[in-house]
Amino acid sequence: MAEFTMPSLGADMDEGMLSQWLVHPGDRVSRGDVVAVVETSKSAIEVECFHTGTVGSLLVSEGATVPVGTPLALIETGDREEPAGEPSGREPPGPGPGHPGARPQESGPKGVVTPLVRRLAEEQRVDLAGLRGSGTGGRITRADIGRAADTAAGPVPSAGPVPSAGRVRASPLARRLAAESGVDLAGVAGSGREGTVRAADVPATAQVAGSAPAGGTARPLGPGPGPVSPASPVPARAARTATARLMARSKREVPHFYLSTTIDTGVALDWMRERNRALPPAERLIPAALTLKAVARAAGEVPELNGHWVDDAFVPAGRVRLGVAVSLRGGGLVAPALAGAQEQSVAEVMASLKDLVSRARKGRLRASETADPSITVTSLGDQGVECVFGVIYPPQVALVGLGRIVERPAAVKGLLGVRPVLTATLSLDHRAADGATGARFLNCLDRHLQRPEEL
Amino acid sequence: MRAGGTDGAGGSEATTYREALREALREALGADERVFLMGEDVGRYGGCFGVSLGLLEQFGPDRVRDTPLSESAFVGAGIGAALAGMRPIVEIMTVNFSLLALDQILNNAATLRHMSGGQVGVPLVIRMTTGAGRQLAAQHSHSLEGWYAHIPGIRVLAPATLQDARLLLAPALADPDPVLIFEHGTLYNTAGNLDPAVHAVDLDHAAVPREGTDLTVVAYGGCLSKALAAAQELAGDGISAEVIDLRSLRPLDDATVVGSVRRTHRAVVVDEGWRSGGLSAEISARITEQAFFDLDAPVERVCSAEVPIPYARQLEEAALPQVSGIVAAARRVVG
Amino acid sequence: MSSTPGTPAGRAATPGRARTGRAGTTDSAAVHDRRLLRDMLLIRRFEERCVELYSAAAIRGFVHLYIGEEAVAVGVHQCLTERDAVVSTYREHGHALARGVPVRAVMAEMYGRVTGCSKGRGGSMHLFDPARRFYGGNAIVGGGLPLAAGLALADRMRGEEQVTCCFFGDGAFAEGEFHETANLAALWGLPVLFVCENNLYAMGTALAREHAQTDLAMRAASYGMAAWAVDGMDVHAVQEAARRAVTSIRAGNGPHFLEARTYRFRAHSMYDPDRYRSKDEVQEWKRHDPVTALADKLRAAGRLTPNKLKKVEREVTEEIEDAVKAAEQAPQEPVGDLLRHVTGRDEEGS
Repeated sequence: MAEFTMPSLGADMDEGMLSQWLVHPGDRVSRGDVVAVVETSKSAIEVECFHTGTVGSLLVSEGATVPVGTPLALIETGDREEPAGEPSGREPPGPGPGHPGARPQESGPKGVVTPLVRRLAEEQRVDLAGLRGSGTGGRITRADIGRAADTAAGPVPSAGPVPSAGRVRASPLARRLAAESGVDLAGVAGSGREGTVRAADVPATAQVAGSAPAGGTARPLGPGPGPVSPASPVPARAARTATARLMARSKREVPHFYLSTTIDTGVALDWMRERNRALPPAERLIPAALTLKAVARAAGEVPELNGHWVDDAFVPAGRVRLGVAVSLRGGGLVAPALAGAQEQSVAEVMASLKDLVSRARKGRLRASETADPSITVTSLGDQGVECVFGVIYPPQVALVGLGRIVERPAAVKGLLGVRPVLTATLSLDHRAADGATGARFLNCLDRHLQRPEEL
Repeated sequence: MRAGGTDGAGGSEATTYREALREALREALGADERVFLMGEDVGRYGGCFGVSLGLLEQFGPDRVRDTPLSESAFVGAGIGAALAGMRPIVEIMTVNFSLLALDQILNNAATLRHMSGGQVGVPLVIRMTTGAGRQLAAQHSHSLEGWYAHIPGIRVLAPATLQDARLLLAPALADPDPVLIFEHGTLYNTAGNLDPAVHAVDLDHAAVPREGTDLTVVAYGGCLSKALAAAQELAGDGISAEVIDLRSLRPLDDATVVGSVRRTHRAVVVDEGWRSGGLSAEISARITEQAFFDLDAPVERVCSAEVPIPYARQLEEAALPQVSGIVAAARRVVG
Repeated sequence: MSSTPGTPAGRAATPGRARTGRAGTTDSAAVHDRRLLRDMLLIRRFEERCVELYSAAAIRGFVHLYIGEEAVAVGVHQCLTERDAVVSTYREHGHALARGVPVRAVMAEMYGRVTGCSKGRGGSMHLFDPARRFYGGNAIVGGGLPLAAGLALADRMRGEEQVTCCFFGDGAFAEGEFHETANLAALWGLPVLFVCENNLYAMGTALAREHAQTDLAMRAASYGMAAWAVDGMDVHAVQEAARRAVTSIRAGNGPHFLEARTYRFRAHSMYDPDRYRSKDEVQEWKRHDPVTALADKLRAAGRLTPNKLKKVEREVTEEIEDAVKAAEQAPQEPVGDLLRHVTGRDEEGS
C-alpha cells in the first residue's frame, strides 16, 4: 500500500487545492500516470503518481486545500515486484522526518509571524504560542494580536522606557565622557549646533577631545569606554568643574530659602537595633537607610516638592526618584537617583544605596541613574556635620539636608532625657514652594521616623 | 622607448599616472606568460587613454589583444581564460560601458567560486576609467565603483597616487579572485616622482597620506587630491585634518578609518559617487557602528549632486565634490 | 537548411548508419550502442527520480528537466575527451551525467548536501566538476557563452588542442551574449563547439514567436563559422555530427555550430501548466522518444535482448537509489560555514 501525496510543484508552494480527481477507486494506475489536477496559486497542474497499482480510497475530496505532503489517496501496490525504475524497500513518499521540507512540530506560534506582529505581541504581552492565526495559512495578523490583547485581563502596561522630558542634546563622545567622569550633562552648556553639548564642553575633557592647537598631537583616548581609574585626574577635575557650574547656576537663578527641624530618632534606632539583632552583620541596617526611606515617603506625600521647575512652572515628577548626593574622592559631587526608594523595603533601599555609592565613586553610573532625580538628599552625618543647608540641584525645587544623629538632652513628656536626635533641613526654591509646604514635608518626615515599622 | 619607461636604479623618477600604469602592465606582461591584456583599442590605438601605448609592439597581438565592441563577450572570455589558468587583464573603456558586462562580472566572475563550492576561481583583473571632470557628460562621467564594492567575491581598487598606479597591479594579479581597478580619468596626466625605494604596496590597507588630530577626511581615487588640498587650507585655520586614502573599496579597511575617527572624533567622507545608497553611506554607517561613542559631531558627507553629470563646465563643477565643499564640511564638524 | 562551404552537406546523419567509436567489429559496436542506451537511461531515470523527490519536497528550488533531450548530451559527449571543456546551462543534469560527474555527487547537490558536486552551494542549476573540466550550469540565459570563448582562448594561447563545448538553447540564441561570442570566437578562430539545443521553446515562448528567422544554423553561419542542424532525437545522428565538428575544430578550423533539434517532454521547470503548447504536440514528439527509439533500433538489429535491457535498467536504478540514499545520509554543511567560498583568501583561511 502506497500513499499518493500532495506534491510540491514549485519552489514557493506550501499547499495546493485538489481541484479534480482523474481516477476513481479501483482504477489501475501506472507510475507516471496523471491522476489528479492540483491548483496552486499560479496555475492548475496535472499531477502524476509515482506508483503502479490500484487506486484504493480517495482521502481528500475535490475542492480541498491541503499542505504539501498530505496523503491524497491510497494506491494498492500489491506484493509483486514493482517494475524497473521503481525501487523496492523505499519508504513511502512524502516529507518524512529526514526531509528538509518536513516541518517539525513547533511549540511556538503556528505559521509565519512577521516582525511587526512579533513586536505588537511583545508590546501587548500576548503569548504567540497560544494564538491561532486568522490569516492565510494560519498566519497571525495584527488583528489577532489586538483581539488577544483585548481579552487579556487587566490593563496592558506599556513596555519600553518612558522618554524623559528634558533630554540633553549631546554628542555620543560627550555623553560617554560625561558618564565616565560623573558629569551631569544637564548642567553643561553646549557650544555645538542647536546647543549640542560636545566633548569640549564637558569640563576638563577639553584637553582630550577639543580642538588641539595646530600641529599638536591630541592625547589619544583609550580604545573604548573602559573603566576610568578613580584616581585619574581628568574625570575628577571634570566633576569639580561640573559641580561648580551647576551650583553657581543654582545659586544665581534659584531663590533659596531654608527650613530646619530636629527629629527624635530614638524610636527608629530602637526598632533598627531590634531588627539587626536577628540579621547577619552584612545585612544589618544603618540609620541612613531609614532616613532615606522616610524622605522618599515624605516626598511622595508632598508632591509639590517632588518635581522640576521647567519654563517658569512646576512640573510634578509623579514617582519619587530620590537623588543622593555622593562626594567623589577626587572632589566634586554627583547625585544619582535611587529610583525605587518609594516602593522598596528599607533593606532594599540600603542595598541600592550601597551599590549606587560604590558605583558613583568608580564612575560607573548608568545613564538612567543620572537622569532627572525629582528631589535630592545630602547627608553629611557620617562626616560629623550636625546640620547642612544645601544648594538645590536645578531643575529640582527641594533639597533635604541630613546631619549626624547626636545625643542631646531633650524634654520628653515633661521629663528631661537624653535622646538621639537628627537635624533635618530643607532648602526650597521659593518660586515653586512656600514655607507651609516645606513645613508639611518636614512633619511628614518626622512622623515616618517615629513609625519605623511602617517604613 | 619613452622617457621614464624603465625603473631606474637610483633617485626618484619623474613619471605620470598613465606611464606608471603602463610600466605596471609592461612589468606584468614581461614577468608572467599567463598574463595578457585585452580590450577595445588596447593594441594598435594604444589604449583609449593611451595607457597601453607601445605594448602591442613589445608583446605582440596575441598578448595585447584588440577586441570587438562586445563588453560582455570579452569580459566573459577573460573570466573563462582565468578559469582555465590564465591571468587576463581586461580593459573596459569606462565604468559606464562596464554595465554592458555587468552580467558577466556579477553573475559569473563574482559567483563562480561560490556556486562551485570553492572549486574554481577567477583570477582576473579588470581595469576601467571612472569619474567626471572632463566635460564628457552623462554617459562617460559616472562613478559607479561603489556599486561594484557592493558585490561579495570581488576586490575593488582605486589607485589615487602614482605609486599605487605603478604598484597595485602586481598584487591584483596575484589575487585568486577578480579584481576591479578603477582609474579616475582626471588622474592620467598627473605627474610626479616615484620613490624608487618602494617596491610594493599593500592591497589590504588604506593609506594615510596626511596625519591630523581634529578630524578625519576619508577619500579615494579622484577625490584624494581634493581632500589633501582641503586639509592644507584647513591647516591655515588651525584645523588639523587627517586624510585617509581608502585605496581598496572592497574590502574596506575599517580598522584604519575607525581608528583614525576614534582619535579625531569627527569624520568627513568624500565620494564622487552619488550620496543616496552610495559608498559614502557605507563608510558613514561603519563609522557610526564602530565608533559611535567617540563621535563628537555627526559624520558629514561630500558627494556628487544627485544629477546625471552635466556637460556645461560650471554645472559639472558644481555637481562634483570640490575643495571648498570639503573645507565647509570640515568646519561644520569641528564647529 | 544550412551548411557552410567546407562542411559536410546534409543536415542530419542518416539514422541507423552512424558508426560507433570507429569500431571495427559488430561486437564492439554493440557494446558502444548499449553504452549509449545506458547513459541516456541513466539521465532519464535520474530525472524521473528527481520529479518524485521534488514532489516530496526533498529537492527544492528550480529544477529544469532534460527528459526528451538526452540524445544531445550523450551523442555530443561521445566525441569529447577528458581534456576538453564543457560549459552548460541550467538544464544541465544530462550534460553533467554524460560528462561523467558521479551520480552520487549530482544527487547530493540536488539535496543541497556538502557532498554535492558544488558542495550544496549551487543546486540543480549550478553543477560543477572542474576535475572533469565541467565548468558549470549557468542560470543566466546565454551567460556561459563568453566563458566558453575564454576557456578556448586560454587553450589556444597555450597551443593546446582541446575543444570547449558550450551547450545553450534557442532562447540564448536571442541574447546579445550569443552574438557577441559567436563573432568573437569566429574572429579569433577559437576552438569552440557551440551546441544549440533547439527544443522549440524559450521557456514558454515558441521559436517562431521569438525569432524572425527560425533557421538558427543559417544565422550562426553568418558569423563565418561552419554550422548545421542535426536531428537531436537521434543519438547516432548527434554523435556523427559532433564528431565531424570536433574533428574539424581540432584541425584548426575555428568554431563550429550545431543546432540540435530536440524537444523537452516535461515542463520548463519541473511543473508548468503547459498553456503554451498542445498536448497533441507533446504526444507527437514523445513518439520520437530518443531512449525508446534507440532501444527499438538495437533490438531490431539484434544488439539488445530483453534480459540485457532489464539488466541495464536494474543497474541504472541501483546506481540512482544508492545516490539517493547517500544524499539523504550526507551531512548538511553547518551554518557556521556560511561565508566560505566567497573569496580565495577565505579558502586559504579555512
